[in-house]
Amino acid sequence: MTRTLRIDGVDRSFGDRQVLKNVSFEVAAGRMTGFVGANGAGKTTTMRIILGVLAPDAGEVSWGGTKLTRQDRRRFGYMPEERGLYPKMTTREQVTYLGRLHGLDAAAARRATDTLLERVGLGARGDDLLETLSLGNQQRAQIAAALVHDPEVLVLDEPFSGLDPLAVDTVVTVLRERASAGAPVLFSSHQLDVVERLCDDLVIIGDGVIRAAGSRRQLRDSYTVPRYELVVANDAGWVRDHPGVTLVELDGARVVFDLPAGADEQPVLQAALARGPVRAFRPVSPSLTEIFREVTQ
Amino acid sequence: MNVTQATRLVAEREIRVKLRDRTFLFGTLFFLLIAAAGTILPPLLSGGPQSVAVTQEAAGPLRDAGLEVLVVPDDRAAEQAVRDGDVDAAVVSGPKVLAMDESPDDVVRALSSAPPVQLLDPDAVDPVVAFLVPFVFAFVFFITSQTFGLQIAQSVTEEKQTRIVEILVAAVPVRALLAGKVVAGGILAFAQIALIAVVAVIGMQIGDSGDLLSLLAPAIGWFVPFFLLGFVLLAAMWAAAGALVNRQEDIAGVSTPVQLAVMLPFFAVIFLNDNAAAMRLLSYLPFSSPTAMPLRLFTGDAAGWEPFVSLAILLVTAGAFVVAGARIYEGSLLRTNGRTSMRAAWRERETIG
Repeated sequence: MTRTLRIDGVDRSFGDRQVLKNVSFEVAAGRMTGFVGANGAGKTTTMRIILGVLAPDAGEVSWGGTKLTRQDRRRFGYMPEERGLYPKMTTREQVTYLGRLHGLDAAAARRATDTLLERVGLGARGDDLLETLSLGNQQRAQIAAALVHDPEVLVLDEPFSGLDPLAVDTVVTVLRERASAGAPVLFSSHQLDVVERLCDDLVIIGDGVIRAAGSRRQLRDSYTVPRYELVVANDAGWVRDHPGVTLVELDGARVVFDLPAGADEQPVLQAALARGPVRAFRPVSPSLTEIFREVTQ
Repeated sequence: MNVTQATRLVAEREIRVKLRDRTFLFGTLFFLLIAAAGTILPPLLSGGPQSVAVTQEAAGPLRDAGLEVLVVPDDRAAEQAVRDGDVDAAVVSGPKVLAMDESPDDVVRALSSAPPVQLLDPDAVDPVVAFLVPFVFAFVFFITSQTFGLQIAQSVTEEKQTRIVEILVAAVPVRALLAGKVVAGGILAFAQIALIAVVAVIGMQIGDSGDLLSLLAPAIGWFVPFFLLGFVLLAAMWAAAGALVNRQEDIAGVSTPVQLAVMLPFFAVIFLNDNAAAMRLLSYLPFSSPTAMPLRLFTGDAAGWEPFVSLAILLVTAGAFVVAGARIYEGSLLRTNGRTSMRAAWRERETIG
């Protein structure tokens, strides 16, 4: 069954400092939702509230239309920002233990652990004490710990920070798998390029306020002025003097420029054709970094 | 999964990890050796009958007293036998008893006539035993609550230090985490004591001091519930102390009040155990009653209803401390930046779970 995770009107203060102000957004079933914001914007607090580790001052979190209970949350997979497992237990043992805490019976927990350790490439090191593993392998163990109970919702706080490239690939594969199986997947990151590559939907938070939320495409459409790239055969310097054009980048025959919102781009193309051959003319999608900069400013 | 099941899982893990801990295993082995040595060796060392050198005509009464008699031709040979170390003592004409450096009591007793003794209070306890038993009780409670309490604090801090606590708290209720640790500590402590007790009992049988055992049995019977409740009381304090800090190294700093709550009653019971008024008071105070009340029962000073009242007081106190400890535990478990003050932990409790 696929269900939407909804965060609705959540406030939270620590002492006098209000870190979340009326935070509302949705994590749609089967979609990878990226959660971005500067350090201290409220990402971790929001995720902790979703998991019930912190209580909201106001507002609530619901799943499939009903308020989240502890029983629901036990079927969530959670990777906190600050990682850690028991150093003096073997990986296999603690992943099994966490599986059982999440409600699996002993046999199911063992089976899931074996499969998962194999998946993240720890099959051979499963019976070593965690503290004897390399940092990269410890992170793989952490991933296994978050996924052992085959969670129906994934909430991952900075899942890629500190991962080696191979581990990043492993995590990405697993997240995509969970999403295509219908689970809502929410992950935060401050590495915008990673988020851009992975997410279907995007939630941008700044100073405890949701600045933008929606699909990647929607955000692109609504948060940027039209931008185009033009490549001609000769020098493209003349574009700078074309009416309405704001030059972004000029490099000999290649130029990137903005037009006012709603302006027609065809006159620029016609002007270029009038001067000679045109090699390329296309709209440029703004990068997430640019959207992010714009909405959080 | 309910709180009970979660508690069981947590307790199972704690026990499994502890049973692989070498320090714990060697510590237990060490205690077992002490218990065995302490009960078996003293009767063995006190040795068989004393040996005595004597001339043939005086040998009769000494033989009758069960002493090992070496018959010598004359007094001079008897004295030489003592000097050579062949015998413990010699009886020469006079009669006079010779020995090297220790008065041979058994020999003297065999030669003298004692007036008949009638004990009016036959249960009264041998003074040596009366000194040792309080010490053993207080020591057992002190050592176990210290060892296993500290272990609970360390386990709490470890989960904070490694940050795994956030995953745990997201999966199970905080009180299941706390209860699991206290239950595991209690089971381990109790198992260790039971093992030591079994070895001590076997040792007493081998060492032939079974009488003492029957004398101790009722006191031990009462020690069990007192011990359990006393342990829970201290465990709640240890868990709260462990939750206030983020690093194992800082536990010592926050646990001073807990250490005092263990140590002061220990010394009070040791030093005041012959002061009836003080012991009466101590046997009702929650922190000392686990050792003081069983002791008063052992020495026969306590009336039949007294342990029930004391146990009730202990139960209520332990309950209050568990509630308070759980609140501090919940309030500080997720504060991973620096040491949490008790007040902050008390007030700003998260309404998790």
